Amino acid sequence: MTDRDPRGGDGTAASPVGLTLFFVYVLLYGGFMGLVLVRPDLLALRPFGGVNLAIVAGMGLIVAAFVLAVAYMFLRSAR
Amino acid sequence: MIHHTSFIAVAIFATFVLGVLGLSFWLGRKGQSASGYYAAHGQIHWFVNGIAFAGDYLSAASFLGICGMIAFSGYDGFLYSIGFLAGWIVALFVIAEPIKALGTFTFADALDSRFNSRGIKLSVAISTLVVSIFYLIPQMVGAGSLITPLLGLPHEVGVVLVGVTVTLIVVTAGMVSTTWVQFIKGSLLVFFCGVLTVLILGRGLEVNAGREGAENLAPQVRTVAADGRVLIDGEPQTDDHDLRPVGTILKLPERYGEARSTGPLGPLAYLAALEDSTVVTWSAKKHADDAGRHTTYSPVERRGGDLLKPGGYFKGLTTGNLADRLDFASLMLALFCGTASLPHILIRYYTVKDGAAARKSTVVGIAAIGVFYVLTLFLGLGAMTSGALDPTDTNMAAPLLAKSFSNTLFAVISAIAFTTVLGTVSGLIMAGSGAVAHDLLENVCGMQMTDHEKIRCGKLAAVGLGIVAMVLGILFRNFNVSFLVGWAFNIAASANLPALVMLLFWPRTTRQGIVAAVTIGMLSSLAWILLSADTFEKVYGLSKDMAVTPFSQPGLVTIPLGFLVLVIVSLLTPPPLPVSSPSRR
Repeated sequence: MTDRDPRGGDGTAASPVGLTLFFVYVLLYGGFMGLVLVRPDLLALRPFGGVNLAIVAGMGLIVAAFVLAVAYMFLRSAR
Repeated sequence: MIHHTSFIAVAIFATFVLGVLGLSFWLGRKGQSASGYYAAHGQIHWFVNGIAFAGDYLSAASFLGICGMIAFSGYDGFLYSIGFLAGWIVALFVIAEPIKALGTFTFADALDSRFNSRGIKLSVAISTLVVSIFYLIPQMVGAGSLITPLLGLPHEVGVVLVGVTVTLIVVTAGMVSTTWVQFIKGSLLVFFCGVLTVLILGRGLEVNAGREGAENLAPQVRTVAADGRVLIDGEPQTDDHDLRPVGTILKLPERYGEARSTGPLGPLAYLAALEDSTVVTWSAKKHADDAGRHTTYSPVERRGGDLLKPGGYFKGLTTGNLADRLDFASLMLALFCGTASLPHILIRYYTVKDGAAARKSTVVGIAAIGVFYVLTLFLGLGAMTSGALDPTDTNMAAPLLAKSFSNTLFAVISAIAFTTVLGTVSGLIMAGSGAVAHDLLENVCGMQMTDHEKIRCGKLAAVGLGIVAMVLGILFRNFNVSFLVGWAFNIAASANLPALVMLLFWPRTTRQGIVAAVTIGMLSSLAWILLSADTFEKVYGLSKDMAVTPFSQPGLVTIPLGFLVLVIVSLLTPPPLPVSSPSRR
């Protein structure tokens, strides 16, 4: 083991908070792309004010990225 | 289509370009060191760096390519937006702070920080060059596409103009001027795309927008004759006999009765109204005979709802073809993994002072880039129904949408698109010149250089890369720029991400493992692309049935391959020796 251990505190490690949020987003992104691949017909449904699920989910992924990024910034600052 | 220029367009365009160049020369007057040239002394404020991230990242592919793809094929272009943004999650949560702590000037510095290996420096420098060049191609193609309608000059002139301007920007002040050019460009791009979106929503949806009567739905044929003449429907192309602009709404939803316009709409109402409208899009079909090469543009009546769901561009999503679905999955994986592997994005982490600034600037970047990608959907759909599209050029959708409002807005949007190209290309040339001068000549070849010589060497490399970019921009002129960027993301993700991630998370990673992963990842993805159906059809002009690979986008195979190679080679080689301190230069 070197002193550049990725789990160390010398700034070369990704934080556990970051990794947790990363996996949350992987689930969201993977789930959406899985739906596009397997059941694209479901994305044509219009459950929200006449706008279809494809657009709602796509916009949601963009907003989710921003929300997680801001949450990460505050969580890291608080530590 | 024949495009004509106007004095105001030229004036606004010249003001933008000269302003950017003036700023660059002004910044270049300050004394320089190698640290200033390659990393802006690490003193850029995190907010400026965050917007500069947007300026770096929102390339011609994002602006011109995605808008064009949505305008001609519907929702599928927005999938690119989603994938491009999602990649920033990898950058923020996994890469940002460690890469800042590990490196000095270039991506190779970071990967080599534990090993001091010439092999790593060489392989990473080559992969940086390959990725940068593949990313440069679509930017230059986009530049050429813009120049033709804006200034009435040939595609080649646009490419050369960008090449010369960017090379001047980079050689005058390096990373300092590159950062400020990207900051200005990122701010302008997001702001004016917001303005354009407000105008789109204010106009609402109109039947046969931009024309007196109904849209002429007769097919149009463009022929490039054997003697080089261009014919439209069999007659020579002139101002009075040209292709008609296309893309309109044929019928509004029933709730609007006989009205020809919806009037102003909110964002959700706009999308809902488009879902229930009937839209005319135009498909292109090519064939050749003794008379020349013919392209027939034919109208297709489509329900708005069909254009707002996946499958318009990625046909395999609706036909169920397995190879096409794997191709799509591979592209989306590459977009997700590729952002954090792009050398010109990674070097921007060295322009801020510490890990916290790197983190904050990434969040600002995600905010600006996220807003922009939401706007791309409205820009693309606005262009689709504007009645202003050039059926021969998908990349011109956004500027022509602006032209449907006013010539001034067209000039402003085109000038911003041009600075978009300038910003991204300058970042790429910076990354490439760093790879040549700092990694290859100084670290691999062991050339001893003074600070002044390092800068001069970087500038010479920038000039060389500028020339390469111009040649490739002319050769690849007929490609959609988003499609071309997909290749760059695949190569970046396959060559760079496995080594970077494993270096951070697996202490058993060895230098041989990194060299093997970068080399195999780069070569395998490159080979896959060169042997794919897309390349056979669109580059070689051969039948796509002759392709060797089962689908065109390599990431699904070559990214895991990079990880696998790294693990196997690392396990087969001696573990790295403990070191007492970071080997940063």
